Amino acid sequence: MEVFNIFDKLLGENILSALVSVILPLIFLIIYALIAILGELKISAWIQERLGPMRTGPYGILQPLAEVVKLIQKEDIVPAGANKLLFNLAPYIIFAGSFAGFAVIPFTAAFVPAEINIGLFYVFAVGAFAVIGIVMGGWASNNKYSLLGAMRSASQMISYEIPGALVILSAAVLANSLDMQKITALQSGPFWNWFLFGGPGDWSKIWILPFTVLLSLIYMVSSLAETNRTPFDIPEGESELVAGYHTEYSGMKFAMFFFAEYSNMFIIASILAVVFLGGWNSPFGSFMSGFWWGIFWFIIKAMFIVFIQIWLRWTLPRVRVDQLMYLGWKVLLPFSLVCFIFISLYRIVY
Amino acid sequence: MGEYLKNVWTWFYTIVVGMKITLRHLFAPKVTIQYPDERYPIPSNARNRLQLDPDACNGCLQCSRICPVQCITVETLKVVPNDPEQPKMGDGTPRKIWVTRYDIDFAKCCFCGLCTTVCPTEAIKHTTDFEYSSYTRDGLIYHFSPMTPEKVEQKKKLLAEWNEKQKAAKEAAAKNVASSENKES
Repeated sequence: MEVFNIFDKLLGENILSALVSVILPLIFLIIYALIAILGELKISAWIQERLGPMRTGPYGILQPLAEVVKLIQKEDIVPAGANKLLFNLAPYIIFAGSFAGFAVIPFTAAFVPAEINIGLFYVFAVGAFAVIGIVMGGWASNNKYSLLGAMRSASQMISYEIPGALVILSAAVLANSLDMQKITALQSGPFWNWFLFGGPGDWSKIWILPFTVLLSLIYMVSSLAETNRTPFDIPEGESELVAGYHTEYSGMKFAMFFFAEYSNMFIIASILAVVFLGGWNSPFGSFMSGFWWGIFWFIIKAMFIVFIQIWLRWTLPRVRVDQLMYLGWKVLLPFSLVCFIFISLYRIVY
Repeated sequence: MGEYLKNVWTWFYTIVVGMKITLRHLFAPKVTIQYPDERYPIPSNARNRLQLDPDACNGCLQCSRICPVQCITVETLKVVPNDPEQPKMGDGTPRKIWVTRYDIDFAKCCFCGLCTTVCPTEAIKHTTDFEYSSYTRDGLIYHFSPMTPEKVEQKKKLLAEWNEKQKAAKEAAAKNVASSENKES
């Protein structure tokens, strides 16, 4: 068995290496969240032909730091009549759920914090934590808008979990594994070995090429809905629900929700990058590949998908609740089922 | 079924079209002007803060009369003919009237420009300056008269003395006339 965690090799399999493996993704997550917040601000501004933040540091690059400082300074308000325990617990559950997903993300060939052979399934399982946190926060806030937002979020996440799971299932059928490292390793070589283009294999993969492309699009859409991002942000639709489930949160607790959203975005992006874009593999085969290049390619691919998420957010208006349900149950589900069946047939035939 | 697939394709296609548009705007030149650093050029005939040229003002009070919000307060004083510092107008003609007070309250001013139209000497004009906010309302009252209160007092005294003298002269003249009339009769 290969060693997937380089720190186990360097430091031995002890508590220290485990600690390093936990802390490194956390540091990465904090830096990534700052960059993503800045990206969100800047891309939204540029799409609207504005400049965005320009006053904090050169070209406003220190704006996310200023926002974090602002959020830390804010008063922590617990509304009267709120269930204090659940109210205080909810943001941490959401964040813990989204951070737990980082355990199986293969940053590079030699480093994945926890090597589990059902990584994809695990990410999906802990991803469902978010729904508990959201419902908890929405219910404990003692606010009708929060509760409505939480209800919408729960129904939305349940509807979109299914097409997403079918996509993951198809990927598992193709790769014959749920281990994220193995799936990545399978797609080594030039970019046409990525599962987006049908995965490794001979020309017969042309039969499933349209289906894999379709699957990646389906996963993109359903993951957007799962992270409650525009155009599926009806749980936090300002015009009807103030801010949805985090209406009553302020200060650091709100920051946790915010942080969890960005962390979820990255997890979704890294699943897409691993399953469809070859993870840490270089798109040019053995050229520009290695330990550091692996990290580079993985982060570049994930950040590109985060960029697409932000881009979509500032392109599309929010969908209606019935449109959301229609899209989830009547479009994505049948399409993903058809793709799944075709891919399974392909696996049987070839 | 065909309708359904067509709809799905339309959704997908329209999203791609929308994303193309936003991508174009992402790289388009930005329209923001970073105000305190960069400024939008203001047309020279813009009606912003008023400015009085005290040398040109002849104290005719037309501006204060036409002002629809009564934000211009003008007080004048007659110039004594033998004043040692006989003032001159901007164009060199001797001044007949001191403008002892010329206040404009910009908190009231509606920037209609009527005062500038009626001014016979073009002493009051609009400038392009629009950044003169103040923390107090009193800070928006601009005093354009160059005369100090001491000078105003002095001129008032001069005028009073002169008036006294004139009065005395008149009375003396009237007495003279009366006495001469008396003599004649």
